Amino acid sequence: MDFLQSIDWMQLLRCFIVGGAICIVGQILIDKTKLTPARILVVFVTAGAILGGLGIYKYIIDFAGCGATVPLTGFGANLAKGAIDAVKESGLLGAFIGGVKAASGGIAAAVFFGYLASLISKPKIKKQ
Amino acid sequence: MGENPLENPQKYSDYVDKKSPNSPILKNCFNAFWVGGLICSIGQIIFDFCKYKGMERQASNTVVAIILIGIAAFLTGLNLFNRIGKFAGAGSLVPITGFANSIVSPAIEYKSEGYVMGVGGKMFTVAGPVLVYGISASVIIGILATLFA
Repeated sequence: MDFLQSIDWMQLLRCFIVGGAICIVGQILIDKTKLTPARILVVFVTAGAILGGLGIYKYIIDFAGCGATVPLTGFGANLAKGAIDAVKESGLLGAFIGGVKAASGGIAAAVFFGYLASLISKPKIKKQ
Repeated sequence: MGENPLENPQKYSDYVDKKSPNSPILKNCFNAFWVGGLICSIGQIIFDFCKYKGMERQASNTVVAIILIGIAAFLTGLNLFNRIGKFAGAGSLVPITGFANSIVSPAIEYKSEGYVMGVGGKMFTVAGPVLVYGISASVIIGILATLFA
């Protein structure tokens, strides 16, 4: 198949390693601190937004592709990049529309699929 | 009978540390590494496929996020994601799949409180803070970019 031949295996390996390494950071935070999962998600998104705002995160994306965009740091970096790009286009207004615009697909998918999945699922009844 | 461990917070904390099993951090990290890496690699293959079909970079990234979020949401609904999460820890939490899981889990749990305040409201118990801090950070960064542009 043409598509299989078009896959860059070195790129895939870099993606695997960097994506895994970012998860190790999360695991160490879980094991070594008393941060709850919710706080860890917030820390990752905020850290990603700051790294994205400083222009550092795009080098990690260039290197690792989805290894950098799929973790929540990538979600944060995407928000920051969207805001900065929109500011270049439409000034201060861009600060308010750019971030959410860039992340809109993910947010809408999370809300919609999240709602749908909750509808089809039955809550577990905990046995006493 | 030894000392009462509830005497002061420090003693209580030591007592809890002593009683709770040591989490095998190396094993946890290894599992987080390969499951997290695998999820990102699945994303990369979807991304490559979008590029192969001639989509732009930004659009491809969005498609990756949507598909991974969709899969994670339904795996959570089928009660399979929790098992992966127990095994992989941060490996399934830190990728965007963890964001989807954090929306569906409380929504299912509070379904008995109704479809508006139960499902609709509790969906955002974890995802809400993520959006609050993520979006606020992006607005601040945008404002800073306006000032320094």
